[in-house]
Amino acid sequence: MSKFLERAGTALSLTALLAAGVAFADDAAPEKAGGYGLGRVALPEEVAAWNTDVRPDGQGLPVGSGDVMTGEQIFTDNCAMCHGDFGEGAGRWPVLAGGQGSLENKDPVKTIGSYWPYLSTVFDYVNRAMPFGHSKSLQPDEVYAITAYLLYLNDLVGEDFTLSNENFTEVRLPNEANFIPDDRPTTEYPIFSADACMDNCKPTVEITMHASVLDVTPDTATAADTSGEGSVELAQATTTEPATAAEPTPAPEPVAVAAAPELIAAGEAVFRKCKTCHQVGEGAVNRVGPELNGLVGRTMGSVEGFRYSNVFTDANAAGEVWTVDALHTFLTNPRQAMAGTKMSFAGLRDPAEIDAVLAYLQSVGG
Amino acid sequence: MIQYKGKKPSRRSFLTGAAAAGAAVAGATIARAQGTPDPAIVNMEPWAQYNGVGVDAAPYGVPSKYEADVIRRNVPWLTADAVSSVNFTPLHALDGIITPNGLCFERHHAGVAEVDPAEHRLMINGLVDRELVFTMADLLRFPRENHVYFLECAANSGMEWAGAQLNGCQFTHGMIHNVMYTGIPLRLLLAEAGIKTAGTWIMVEGADGAGMNRSIPMEKALDDCLIAFKQNGEALRPEQGYPLRLVVPGWEGNMWVKWIRRIEVGDQPWYAREETSKYTDLLANGQARSFTWVMDAKSVITNPSPQAPITHGPGPTVITGVAWSGHGTIPQVDVTIDGGITWAKARMSGPSLDKSMHRFYYEFDWDGKPLLLQSRAHDSTGYVQPTKDQLREVRGENSIYHNNGIQTWSVNEQGAAENVEIS
Repeated sequence: MSKFLERAGTALSLTALLAAGVAFADDAAPEKAGGYGLGRVALPEEVAAWNTDVRPDGQGLPVGSGDVMTGEQIFTDNCAMCHGDFGEGAGRWPVLAGGQGSLENKDPVKTIGSYWPYLSTVFDYVNRAMPFGHSKSLQPDEVYAITAYLLYLNDLVGEDFTLSNENFTEVRLPNEANFIPDDRPTTEYPIFSADACMDNCKPTVEITMHASVLDVTPDTATAADTSGEGSVELAQATTTEPATAAEPTPAPEPVAVAAAPELIAAGEAVFRKCKTCHQVGEGAVNRVGPELNGLVGRTMGSVEGFRYSNVFTDANAAGEVWTVDALHTFLTNPRQAMAGTKMSFAGLRDPAEIDAVLAYLQSVGG
Repeated sequence: MIQYKGKKPSRRSFLTGAAAAGAAVAGATIARAQGTPDPAIVNMEPWAQYNGVGVDAAPYGVPSKYEADVIRRNVPWLTADAVSSVNFTPLHALDGIITPNGLCFERHHAGVAEVDPAEHRLMINGLVDRELVFTMADLLRFPRENHVYFLECAANSGMEWAGAQLNGCQFTHGMIHNVMYTGIPLRLLLAEAGIKTAGTWIMVEGADGAGMNRSIPMEKALDDCLIAFKQNGEALRPEQGYPLRLVVPGWEGNMWVKWIRRIEVGDQPWYAREETSKYTDLLANGQARSFTWVMDAKSVITNPSPQAPITHGPGPTVITGVAWSGHGTIPQVDVTIDGGITWAKARMSGPSLDKSMHRFYYEFDWDGKPLLLQSRAHDSTGYVQPTKDQLREVRGENSIYHNNGIQTWSVNEQGAAENVEIS
């Protein structure tokens, strides 16, 4: 017997041994008759606090209602900065409306109207996960109103429509019938369980597509400092270049006049309302809103790379500057002070909160 | 106890091996000594002369500074915001089958919840005899089990449906990790509450801002799901769901709810956002598959790959990679270096565990000519990993999820590797 066959035989017997199930100790954790008696019974109000989920048959819907017009206002204030005024989606944020008839296209647009099977999913998701960064803050009537508005944006109801726990299950989404259960066991597994070819499987091979043509791999895919002389050039030729894009903005030096620590701490707490959309401090970058380093004294609409609303583009052209007074006016009622701003934040009514948040911004971002 | 594949060399095999090696030496070209002595030998390195730092310099140890490029990486253009995004495990820099905790890819929908374990509760409600609440201290009194499982995001390789796109197995295949979990079988906790006869589904829910929720059939819940609190021996990392996460072996990662706080028993699925709007597989005819839970057999060559080119030139070369299946184990992986004209069985190495990553190697003498590398996994049900074209034929190109097609790396004469598709 040749050496090769001897080795092949050894490999085979080991495989058989493993197949016999001796590979891993797995004595199951024991059940105990009558249970372990651990934990405690949940109080009804504890279950009620968390048990907010809603099913397609309406189980779990709270009592309440909301109409399209109310929903439009709530959506504009809380959702439009990411999803767009008409659910069209800003940047890469999810598109919520439109797309009907696109599911067989090369680039399907999957929205509530074109794709989602059940309206209960909209209510359940908005109620548990939205608004992004301040979830579980909406009242049931507000969630009904937003859901009604999303139906309106998808041309599924008229502008006079009111959605409530009473009529909820009457609304059906158009794509419900197009979902099928996982059918891989019949459509794929038989095909993909055929004997695999090992030799002469095809006459020739050609490359039909190169990833480097698209060139969408992040610049930092490999180490900047690769050891091994030959490899550096190779790696760079295919994947790496010195990182240039998305450099975080360095934080300016702290200002000389320091605010009281208590005021700064209070401002940090206030800033929680802002930080879903704004960053400040070292490494701050633009998100839904522009980064806020050096805000006080900065020209309005001046952060590079941020797509401002027209009102700020105009203010920038006019050389308007963010003074403490201007910030007070703006933050008290943003949409009144700068009509047309994309910033949907309702405002800080208490001037002391504005002083605190400005002190915080200056303490970390200059 | 783990039994490893392969065996220790016996005295006899050592001797025959030595004889074979002796024969090979005569034919191989061993590099001659250079004219100039190697400074790494003749110069005194500082670590050979001076004391290093003492114990406790790093009470929680970290890798060598020379391993600084072994990190998770993000693809910024994929998502709108890092708070609801994903990064990728550096598969090209790892070996064996266990993913180090700090390198396990992350996927969050509302950032990393910083849960205080003293304030964390697990509730079971719905169609049960007793609606219960457990503290972490309660849970640690239940019997536990240890299992190694892969967790793969259903969207792993999802960017590759329409063609080769990202250059690096970290990006094409890095939404996976493989760790040992310590946890309580979910069936024990459900038994504690007492499932009513009508209870055929559970809904699991996270404590984070996204309140991630998914429906799971009772059969799976009672089979092998775990409520885990340790990964690789230590507490779950915050980004992996500290202090508690659900483990759903072999099924898509989105179901492994992190920061799990509630399990509701019901008589039908909930059709949550993550099992309708997302994680459903759109087919070419406009229909969509739902509840596609199992992750089918898949493999990828991790070295060489675009981030890990061959740097040594022709001669002895190690090809290695990983394979896994949500249906069982991986008894066999095939490797081709000519784009699939000829295949050879790879050498499996290390533990072969149910629904875990497996490691394979294929050693060969590279002649310095271009290569088209692929790997092909066979799982314990007889399923053979399909080509991307085979998948597209059934599903079209809009599925996003469950792309387990065969990956091709093109290696040029210099050893650089690129993500390509071939005929």
